[in-house]
Amino acid sequence: MNWSSWLLWGFLATLVLTTISEVTQGLGLTRMNMPYLLGTMITPDRDRAKLYGFFIHVFWGWGFSLVYVLIFEALHETGWWRGVIIGLVQAVFLLVAVVNLLPGLHPRMASEQHGPESANLLEPPGFLALNYGARTPFAIFLSHAVFGAILGIFYHLK
Amino acid sequence: MLWVRLPVGIIFVCPAHLVGVDDYLPQVDKRTPSAHKIQDYGIIGDCRSAALVSKTGSIDWLCWPRFDSPSIFAALLDPERGGHWSIAPAEPFEVKRSYIRDSNVLQTHFYCNSGKASLTDLMPAASEAFRRTILIPDHEVIREMRCVSGEVEIEVDFRPRAWYGRDAVRIRDSGKLGLRMEVGRGAYWLRSSLPLSFERDRAFGKFRLKAGERLEFVFTYTEGAPSVLPALGKHLSEWIERSVQWWQQWVDKSSYDGPYRESVMRSALALKLLAYSPSGAIMAAATTSLPEIIGSSLNWDYRYCWLRDASLTIRALLGLGYTAEAESFLTWLLIATRLTQPELRVMYDVFGENVPHERELSFLSGYCDSRPVRIGNGARSQLQLDTYGEVIDAAAQFARAGGGFDRTMQKVLVGFGKYVADNWNRPDEGIWEPRSGQKDHTHSRLMCWTALDRLLELHSKKCIKSLPQALFERERQRIRDEIEQRAWNEDMRSYVSVLDGKDVDSTLLRIPWYGFERANSSRMQSTYKAVRRELGAGDHLLYRYKRNPPEGAFGICGFWGSEFLSIGGGTLDEAHRAFEQLVSYQNDLGLFAEEIDPRTGSALGNFPQAFTHVGLISAALSLKERARGEAHPAEKRNQMATNTDRKALGKMSA
Repeated sequence: MNWSSWLLWGFLATLVLTTISEVTQGLGLTRMNMPYLLGTMITPDRDRAKLYGFFIHVFWGWGFSLVYVLIFEALHETGWWRGVIIGLVQAVFLLVAVVNLLPGLHPRMASEQHGPESANLLEPPGFLALNYGARTPFAIFLSHAVFGAILGIFYHLK
Repeated sequence: MLWVRLPVGIIFVCPAHLVGVDDYLPQVDKRTPSAHKIQDYGIIGDCRSAALVSKTGSIDWLCWPRFDSPSIFAALLDPERGGHWSIAPAEPFEVKRSYIRDSNVLQTHFYCNSGKASLTDLMPAASEAFRRTILIPDHEVIREMRCVSGEVEIEVDFRPRAWYGRDAVRIRDSGKLGLRMEVGRGAYWLRSSLPLSFERDRAFGKFRLKAGERLEFVFTYTEGAPSVLPALGKHLSEWIERSVQWWQQWVDKSSYDGPYRESVMRSALALKLLAYSPSGAIMAAATTSLPEIIGSSLNWDYRYCWLRDASLTIRALLGLGYTAEAESFLTWLLIATRLTQPELRVMYDVFGENVPHERELSFLSGYCDSRPVRIGNGARSQLQLDTYGEVIDAAAQFARAGGGFDRTMQKVLVGFGKYVADNWNRPDEGIWEPRSGQKDHTHSRLMCWTALDRLLELHSKKCIKSLPQALFERERQRIRDEIEQRAWNEDMRSYVSVLDGKDVDSTLLRIPWYGFERANSSRMQSTYKAVRRELGAGDHLLYRYKRNPPEGAFGICGFWGSEFLSIGGGTLDEAHRAFEQLVSYQNDLGLFAEEIDPRTGSALGNFPQAFTHVGLISAALSLKERARGEAHPAEKRNQMATNTDRKALGKMSA
């Protein structure tokens, strides 16, 4: 295990993923905003939520890159396409499983069962997070594929 | 008999003998099937966007996320295609409406044979401290219909249409969460306390309410993040109450203690609604293409910030005690224009960007068939030299109230002055933006004189450390000489609108306001008579200039006339009479459009219009000052604030 390589490229890959996410929102491809979703778990203050969420997202992504690295180590191989495949698998897992669990995990998110008289809540993402825009899956696949590709290219096995 | 357009767009004749109707109910005249009268609208907003609500409970204009964004409801400009959201009794009704005291929360009271119902409309407002404590939608309209007495059947018709009515909007059912609509990069949500039926692009329903029962609706818009779904029920009632309190607290901050408080504070509230809070810019109006002549092509997009409004706007805000808003607006003026300095454009968008090129929306029929509907503004590339004087006079007023400027701001102001010194003798399009070419406008010369005069004033009071004094003094004198010689027509015994010309316009009444000449001078007295004679439209209304066929009387010009009398052109009684006659033309909510039809009293042009409302406020301030023997702004040029006073306002920095 090459710890220094993981720390460096895991961090940089996460920054790129975050940047791509912001760009896809800015271009109107999706309203999926992970820093905002993560931050609103802690505070309802929109501006602070984005700030806290940004750091949580970076540390989360950095940590999750360890899984990629462990897979590379287990395979004894790296390479951009292996990284892309792992990224796409993670994106599918995120869109199908994690997103569906969010209303149960997030203290400020509505579910389909919430009536109109509850407190102000975030809209749930729905299947494949399509509630956040029809092109959300594309944005998620893109960002995670690039995330995986960076790790696949630059992580060096020991 | 009373004609009303019910939500389904059909004209019904209502019996006049309805129960529970007060004697002073506003008269709803017979109207064309295609649109309400302009004055039949009220405005709600959140200082980022605004909606117009008709007397019959229909939101016919709403642009999100900004004032100048494409609309989601535009029935105002095309009742068939534009989209609307109406909530009103299904049976014939009469209407009385008002804002909740000192707020921008609109209440429309429907009087039917079977009972009375009240509709409350607002875009919520709250302090930043409170907003940090709960999730709040980016943009939100709240509508609450409450049955006050008897039993009333309420009909709801919700027809969103994207991009000024061009695109249908697909409505999707999200169960208990409400109805969701994806449009471009954003998402709209409609939540209601009772479920609505819906088709592909329309939601609707009929609900019978008994006394004490209510229907609640929340319509939201979000870009760039998941939407926040607002709560209904008790939370919504609290949200409405909190919004009312927020507006009332804002009004309480005013120090205004002069006459006509109700009209003045309603104007202040309208002005506040037209301010874009993220930047401090103030829109000229909330709408586009409401016609200056019904059926004509004089239809323009006013959802931008005109620099010509600067001086009067600062005067209004400072005069009412809203120093924070004044500072915010002036900061916007000086910073947003940075990209073009020392040249100034006629208008900017809310963030100081160039206004979009003018486009015609041929698919819209226009208000009462007044075509074309335009977005963007072609006057963006005009030369209007008066804007320099307006901006610099605004800065001078800010300094008189105790404000200061850092070195960068001083440089910016001096840069404007140098531009004026080099260019004041150029012909320009002038304040009224005709598209017939450039001329040597007297008003533009006057404002160039004002620009140099105020800069020299600021320099003499040490608010500006360094400027080319000799140059500015020389050019100021040259402008004065030219105005006195070439803008004065001895045969007419009047100043004229264009050098060596033969016509007058209402801007000539501003000559004393800027301190160029006293209002009681023989020249100004005879000019006033000429303006009244040539441009008077009855009841102290004034046209802005001669035009054939005539457009409406220009709202602010009437108030300029009243103010001319206040600052020495007439007696205080005459000024009061003029003011009172003009105020009688406001609609039942106290709102003004750009113009007034002198034959019918109807509003014309974009609505509500900031320029008219700042004119009203400034005229009221002048009445107050005259009654108390205080100096008007131009006379205060030598009464600058002391250094101690200056601490009251911060130093403006870039």
